[in-house]
Amino acid sequence: MKECKVRECAIIKKKLTDLKDYKIVDRYSNLKKEEKVEMLKKMYHIRYFESEVEQFILKGQIYGTCHLYIGEEANAVGAITAIRKDDWIASHHRGHGHCIAKGSDINLMMAELIGKGNGYCKGKGGSMHIADLHTYNLGANGIVGGGMGVAVGAALTNKLKKKDGVVICFIGDGSTNNGIFHESLNISSVWKLPLIYYCENNQYGMSTSIANSTNIERLSDRKASYGIEGVTIDGNNVVDVYNVVSYFAEQCRTGKGPVFIEGLTYRWRGHSKHDSQVYRTKDEVEQWKEYDPIIRYKEFLIESEIITADEAKAIEDQAVKDIKAAVDFADKSPYPDLKEVETDVYAD
Amino acid sequence: MSEITYLEAIRDAIREVMKEDESVFLLGEDIGLYGGSFGLTNGLFAEFGSERVKDTPISESAIIGTAVGSAITGMRPILEIMFSDFTGCGWDQIMNQAAKIRYMFGGKAKVPMVLRTASGGGAGFGPHHSQSLEALFAHIPGLKVVMPSNPYDAKGLFISSVYDNNPVIFLEHKCLYKNKKYAQEVPDGIYTIPLGKGEVKRPGKDISIVASSYMVQKSLEAAEILQKDMQINCEVVDLRTIRPLDIDIILESVKKTGKLMCVEEACSFGSFMGEVITQVIEKGFDLLDAPPIRIAGKNCPVPYSFILEQEMLPSVEKIKDGILNMLGKN
Repeated sequence: MKECKVRECAIIKKKLTDLKDYKIVDRYSNLKKEEKVEMLKKMYHIRYFESEVEQFILKGQIYGTCHLYIGEEANAVGAITAIRKDDWIASHHRGHGHCIAKGSDINLMMAELIGKGNGYCKGKGGSMHIADLHTYNLGANGIVGGGMGVAVGAALTNKLKKKDGVVICFIGDGSTNNGIFHESLNISSVWKLPLIYYCENNQYGMSTSIANSTNIERLSDRKASYGIEGVTIDGNNVVDVYNVVSYFAEQCRTGKGPVFIEGLTYRWRGHSKHDSQVYRTKDEVEQWKEYDPIIRYKEFLIESEIITADEAKAIEDQAVKDIKAAVDFADKSPYPDLKEVETDVYAD
Repeated sequence: MSEITYLEAIRDAIREVMKEDESVFLLGEDIGLYGGSFGLTNGLFAEFGSERVKDTPISESAIIGTAVGSAITGMRPILEIMFSDFTGCGWDQIMNQAAKIRYMFGGKAKVPMVLRTASGGGAGFGPHHSQSLEALFAHIPGLKVVMPSNPYDAKGLFISSVYDNNPVIFLEHKCLYKNKKYAQEVPDGIYTIPLGKGEVKRPGKDISIVASSYMVQKSLEAAEILQKDMQINCEVVDLRTIRPLDIDIILESVKKTGKLMCVEEACSFGSFMGEVITQVIEKGFDLLDAPPIRIAGKNCPVPYSFILEQEMLPSVEKIKDGILNMLGKN
């Protein structure tokens, strides 16, 4: 893979909807057919997982809150497909998609979301803290930017143990004005750590638009402050995301230090459970929906004759079934034993 | 075995664990060639190299976060925050990440890290370099908090802290660091003192004085004077670790003396010794034959001017007076 690929994927304009390139093309990936199909499966799983969670919210079954990833699926799936199974990721509060892309069990995720004792965190973490060390997932995080230091630490472990692993630290646009953002990018650059900061710029930190919080055109321009490489890409194009992350992952493994990728994307739903969305127009939401990462990728797979329309439909239907089964599993799972409330505070 | 200071004992502990365990490494501001703000890490950079004795930018959040992430993924980091006051810059990483990760993840992660930091007043450093913040740390479930009072304990407790599988806040008192008066014979090599076990530093029958860190030394001095001048026999209990708290050793002592005085340097309002007294009342009210009292810092920041600082902090004199008042001998 050549660097020119990154230049081709890079986009200059601020808004994805300013782009002419709706169509996905793939000139560089060496993905096998099964891998390409798997990416579609994962994206559908995320979409329908989140849709079911939304139903839970509407029915009042989600105690507390959670944050939906609908519309942003290509970022998690493209980036995580580009790294190895034993490469760590750190996620953020909108983290369900990263878990699914990294291979977490959707039954255990669903059980955690409705507070069951067999959920990923025994019902102690909930939506914002699902972590799965078996799939090398350092967890979602309830604090904006909270996982960034943790990701630096995981990357340092790789370096100290002389492993060639790479870490992806998923963050949102909101975290880029937080102190830990600056400290983490700087320290990891000084130490040349194998760390990819993947910033999902979904245009809003809760209600505050990126334009109201940040006075630069592209967040990837921040790379200059840290002496690292960086690029802004179409985060709703799973092939571009895959290609750019694979390119940088290989660079990281050879000790060239961290990189910063900004994936332009859009949050279709509100910030969390309660959001009247007074800060944006319906037109804007509809405009972005035309850049649906799943439809674009599905059309690419069909037009490239990787799968047929019928096969695509079958993949979608299977995702719906899997998610329904996860809901069923979660519903039938027991609530935690009350004796568990004070366990797991300290390790032996 | 050689006579060494508190600071040298902690350095010795670090050297021993680094020799024994390759997963142990150091992180912090100016800890490398410079040897740390107090010189505690002097020589370790030369001995272990820049990969295991890592100088950092002035980025407390990132330093603590790095320790958390490396601990979860298999290392045993020891990080230095120059003054305990500076932990404020990285508080999220301590309170929300280090402390809670194990619980939030349903017990799946371990976070074996030691945050060492210089604590306390009495050295003229002023309000941003002199606080005693142990109550803040001890309040957070998931953290352990260690406050050694002498070189022997400091070394043994430090080694236990490194091998503990939880985040440990190791509060080192800056007035103990280099003071030869408190130097002790300390064994070479590895030895451990369990976290969560206090020690009676001076047995007595008239009153129980409970303290930790530097205040143990001040309490012992007051006890000696009272013994010599007035034949008052004080028992001094050194908590050594404040979380986990060894409440049993306190209750045992109070059972013997019937009187409890807690000495701490921190401001009294919302202080850790408030917790100690509450637990003694809850678990051993009948053991008490007088209301427990606290000798603590005044409720203001630690001031700069020598006479103001002395006014704010507890002293041997104030401890002595407190005991005499309690025993009705003033």
